[in-house]
Amino acid sequence: MSAKVRLDRERAVALLRQMIRIRRFEAKCVELYQAQKIRGYLHLYDGEEAVSVGVVAVLRPEDWLVATYREHGQALARGIPMRALMAEMLGKLEGTCRGRGGSMHIFDARNRFLGGNAIVGGGLPLAVGTALADKMAGRPALTCCFFGEGAVDEGEFHECLNLAALWRLPVLFVCENNLYSMGTPLAIAEAETDIAKKARCYRMVSEAVDGMDVVAVEAAAACAVERIRAGEGPVFLECRTYRFRAHSMFDAQLYRSKEEIEAWRERDPIDRFARWMAEVGLLHPNERAAIEVEVDREVEDATAFAEAGTLEPVEELERFVLMDEVPQEQLLAPAGATP
Amino acid sequence: MSAPPTTTYRECCKQAIRAALIADPRVFLMGEDVGRYGGCYAVSKGLLDEFGPERIRDTPLSESAFVGAGIGAAIAGMRPIVEIMTVNFSLLALDQILNNAATIPHMSGGQFAIPLVIRMATGGGRQLAAQHSHSLEGWYAHIPGLKILAPATLEDARYMLAPALLDPNPVLVFEHVVLYNMEGVLDPKVSSVDIEKAAIRRAGRDVTFVTYGASLFKTLEAAEVLAREGIEAEVIDLRVLRPLDEATILASVRRTRRCVIVDEGWRSGSLAAEIGMRIAEQAFYELDAPLRRVCSAEVPMPYAGHLEQAALPNRERILATVRALLRPGS
Repeated sequence: MSAKVRLDRERAVALLRQMIRIRRFEAKCVELYQAQKIRGYLHLYDGEEAVSVGVVAVLRPEDWLVATYREHGQALARGIPMRALMAEMLGKLEGTCRGRGGSMHIFDARNRFLGGNAIVGGGLPLAVGTALADKMAGRPALTCCFFGEGAVDEGEFHECLNLAALWRLPVLFVCENNLYSMGTPLAIAEAETDIAKKARCYRMVSEAVDGMDVVAVEAAAACAVERIRAGEGPVFLECRTYRFRAHSMFDAQLYRSKEEIEAWRERDPIDRFARWMAEVGLLHPNERAAIEVEVDREVEDATAFAEAGTLEPVEELERFVLMDEVPQEQLLAPAGATP
Repeated sequence: MSAPPTTTYRECCKQAIRAALIADPRVFLMGEDVGRYGGCYAVSKGLLDEFGPERIRDTPLSESAFVGAGIGAAIAGMRPIVEIMTVNFSLLALDQILNNAATIPHMSGGQFAIPLVIRMATGGGRQLAAQHSHSLEGWYAHIPGLKILAPATLEDARYMLAPALLDPNPVLVFEHVVLYNMEGVLDPKVSSVDIEKAAIRRAGRDVTFVTYGASLFKTLEAAEVLAREGIEAEVIDLRVLRPLDEATILASVRRTRRCVIVDEGWRSGSLAAEIGMRIAEQAFYELDAPLRRVCSAEVPMPYAGHLEQAALPNRERILATVRALLRPGS
């Protein structure tokens, strides 16, 4: 572990707990999917927890976060209540988006969580825009934009890196490189597979980091946001990671071997971090088990909340197609200012 | 007293942007060549000098990125005006327009509105051929979550932008390329317009024309010819293509009992088809004649002038269509 940041016990336990929350939430989602209570597409985050937990830990409440359709981890790490998240999975009115978005489209204005974007690469322009607005308004916020390595194939990736660098916008680009865009390995899709290197071509600071190591991710993200907040323009972080489960619930995983999956599971970010914490005395014996019990209770509570949730009345189907106000602007007003 | 000064549609577009920039510090203009070049159609000429590069932003040729950036900036408190050179280029940003701008307010359960204006040039008639000349505004009007404006008059070019910027929704403004040079006198009695209602540009009792954009003027010319033959045509300028002002259309058709729709879009699946069907659904028994329409030929727009003119709706086709309607068999 490359502990470049000072990691006290409280902080380390918080990182571990956050990763366990994500892992346990996803396990429950599988169960609910098999019970046909969650429908549609479901993309799970197992194996990639260190990326969102490490990065989101260094963000501030005023920062924007843009994520992909595999965003349960980012949503939980950002502080979206698990109850609202699970209710959204079940399509309930009490969900983050009244049940209209589902697993792939989580939005939460209070946490400046701008999707849940299910078009690969489609979130990057939004991130450039929120960063542009913050910069033009002189607000000290940044935008953190997550995307997979599949987005690197898209034109929008290149357009947006260029624009953010050209205008020196406060964007933290985080590429979650899990090696496969659905079933296509990186080497089949990209002539240059070194993604961090591509970003450097746009004249921004760019680094690749072990995405299975939450401490390394957090340290790299902390350095990155420091630069961005100092007005140095965008920074790019490639987090090399792996998803332990299939792309979605419909994926037979014919494109990768069991041996490869097992080899990556050996690097499980939760096991690895917990082991290291125990070694250096940051985790008491049985403490992980105790955290898991607490988290399971939270997951059960969220599930019960979601199951007991209500359905949006059909009469409201067309509500919000056109808006009659700009609701998020109350959130943007500085504290104490009259709207 | 001297006569009121003449102006152009282009100048009206520019003065609308200028007034918006002065009125609201959140407003900025962003697009390809809007600054140093002065705008592909010279609409923003001079604005860079007046407002500076922060608010008159030249962008790279990255339609998807800068349209999406406009969406993000609108979400985060700005009031961007994004210019896309021409409607055909807007297809490079269609992902952002459809999957984000039109979708996020509803999909987020009403948490985010997107107060964004996207302006673009549309239409044929300048021999720019098949990658610069189409009329895809009817196509955009298919999309729930967008408002679609088609200013045809000087007053609308000058005053539609302000309410568009006040609107909490993404508004697409289609400026027809052949109108930029149109000269006239801005009505001094008008200082604002709505972005809800269609306008009756000519009153008449015998037949209703429903049209918009540059086709308005071809239709008005046709109406003058018909007037000399004793046929009084009513001409409705839609102005707003989505949401459609059905009430104005239906009220007129119920009076005249005949309707011809003039739409520069391709006929199949067109805005003309939608309007015709709404009339059929709601006023079928009040019609004295079948509904008719004049649309563009279903071809990619050719370069050669005679072919382009043959592809576009024109006065003769409008006249032939209405004569066949009024005097069947003649």
